[in-house]
Amino acid sequence: MLKKFSAALAAVAMVALGAAGQTLINAGGATFPYPMYSKWFNDYKAKTGVAVNYQSKGSGFGVAQITAGTVDFGASDMPLTDMQLKDFSAKRGMEVLHFPTVLGADVPTYNVPGVTATLNFTPDALAGIYLGKITKWNDPELTKANPSVKLPAKDITVVHRAEGSGTTFIWVDYLSKISKEWEMKVGRGASVNWPAGLGGQGNEGVAGTIKNTENSIGYVELIYAIQNKMPYGNVKNANGEFVQASLASVTAAAAGAAKTMPEDFRVSITNAPGKGVYPISSFTWLLIPEKISDPAKKKAITDFLGWMLKDGQTMTAPLSYAPLPKEVIAKETKAIAKIK
Amino acid sequence: MATSATTPQMARPQGRASFLSRAFSADSLARVVAFSAATCILVITALLVYELWSHSAISRAQFGLKFLHTSTWDPVHDDFGALPFIYGTVMTAFLGLLIAVPFGVGAAIFLAELAPPKLSDAMTFLIELLAAVPSVIFGLIGILVLVPLLSKVVPPIRDAFQGHPPVFFSGSFIGVSILSAGVVLSVMVAPYIISVSREVLLAVPRDLREAALALGATRWETTWQVVVPFARRGIMGSVFLALARALGETMAVTMVVGNTPRISASILAPGDSMASVIASQFSEAIGNLYPSALIELGLVLFGITIILNGAARLLIIATGGNAAK
Repeated sequence: MLKKFSAALAAVAMVALGAAGQTLINAGGATFPYPMYSKWFNDYKAKTGVAVNYQSKGSGFGVAQITAGTVDFGASDMPLTDMQLKDFSAKRGMEVLHFPTVLGADVPTYNVPGVTATLNFTPDALAGIYLGKITKWNDPELTKANPSVKLPAKDITVVHRAEGSGTTFIWVDYLSKISKEWEMKVGRGASVNWPAGLGGQGNEGVAGTIKNTENSIGYVELIYAIQNKMPYGNVKNANGEFVQASLASVTAAAAGAAKTMPEDFRVSITNAPGKGVYPISSFTWLLIPEKISDPAKKKAITDFLGWMLKDGQTMTAPLSYAPLPKEVIAKETKAIAKIK
Repeated sequence: MATSATTPQMARPQGRASFLSRAFSADSLARVVAFSAATCILVITALLVYELWSHSAISRAQFGLKFLHTSTWDPVHDDFGALPFIYGTVMTAFLGLLIAVPFGVGAAIFLAELAPPKLSDAMTFLIELLAAVPSVIFGLIGILVLVPLLSKVVPPIRDAFQGHPPVFFSGSFIGVSILSAGVVLSVMVAPYIISVSREVLLAVPRDLREAALALGATRWETTWQVVVPFARRGIMGSVFLALARALGETMAVTMVVGNTPRISASILAPGDSMASVIASQFSEAIGNLYPSALIELGLVLFGITIILNGAARLLIIATGGNAAK
């Protein structure tokens, strides 16, 4: 009896010791890159024993928690605004660093009975539809871009995301860049005051509403569209080409923006210049405080960044995430040294 | 020997007394436990209100009463008004109860009065199972089954009015709407009404039924004029429970209501509810004013629940006076 008990005690002690010897990193934020992050964190734990506890609760959560200092690093689909940066340095007495990890994109998806061809969308068409100014599928702005398709004279039902999300941010960031009216009237944000349409809950809510509603249009994440084999349209980029979203055309958008990228990586790559660029693309970021006082945590986080930029980038394709272009990887690898 | 024999005899009355005193202390202990349990509920409610009140301070200072009667919800430009959400919450809950109450009370009467006991027990078990289904499942059934079904059923009904439908049943219908949310809510709250009302009806004394039957009343007259009025308070209680659930329901509503903060006269138009928008937007709400406005919505929801429950209770008291005459 006593033997059994002491054996159990020893086992408990060993587990406790094991846990103490292991570095535990707390993190949280964006949901969009979560499948990728969870794969990375798993593989990295198997390799180094460093465990990352990531709570995928949304970009807003990531920003709030890193600003409050309750997590070791955050994650967000939108870079911090100047005001949020100021707030961060006021509260934490240091700066926060942005590290792009992978790329995502939004695609326009639709349900128009009788139309099987992939539709072309001009920036003006998308802005007009979402502003509620283009209300029929046979509007000249749409028929001009799709000369070979017979579009019906039916009302367009516009669908957007109901909840605050990084996907919406990318979409409205794009609309703000290509339409002055959108920028003035609606603007950018994880949720906005939509001039038209109705809201679906999550990617699946938007996709479900579009499937159920004839003559509807909406936007979903590229990954979601690929995994669910949904049709999605081509979008005219800054070069004037109609491009369909793919891992290559999304990475191209980041490469096009790499040359003019600011040192803090806070850059929007929607409507990026360049050939073959898909215009509604975006980075997603890790938010890491400049100073990490615990040396074990600092080592774990900087090592993870190095690994993520090298080995991690080779794992993106099976999960349908677009990898970072090599220009950005080189720049980020240098930036790791900024963590003190 | 004699002394040793007396000791246990002496001890016995002592033991009895201590048992009595233990019983008494258990009684007062039970009183303390029950009292603190009841107080706990009040304290939690008070803390809840305090938290909602203090965290919505920024929004209350910014908007004041304007928050309650304006209709813009613009997180980008920090302009918030709760009216469309208040309307959506009240309207969806009202529609839900409008459908659920007749069905629920009818089903409860059948189960308590007419159905053979075995069938009644089996059906009650299934109905109570329905109450345990997570609301996201109802939402999914709503979006995948109910919404496509309604989009087939509703337009012909609307068109049957030959171009002159009543204003609350007019306009284009996409499927997701206040109506769809009301229908989903009715399915969700009906089990509460059925289950509680059945228990209450079963608790009506046999004597009353027998007396009514002996006076020559038919089965139906007995049920409708004797049993149901006797159980009326309990049935109304079940409706309150259903109302509270309908007002606060989040997931199922947000999936079928269309999430459009607009007030339309027609129930065929999409709308939004308070619980739905809080759940949708809170996790991505950045800044100070935006989260504060969402918390103020929670406060308003709390207030509306109290007002509606109070109004319903007053209604019972008022009609109860009539029935007594």
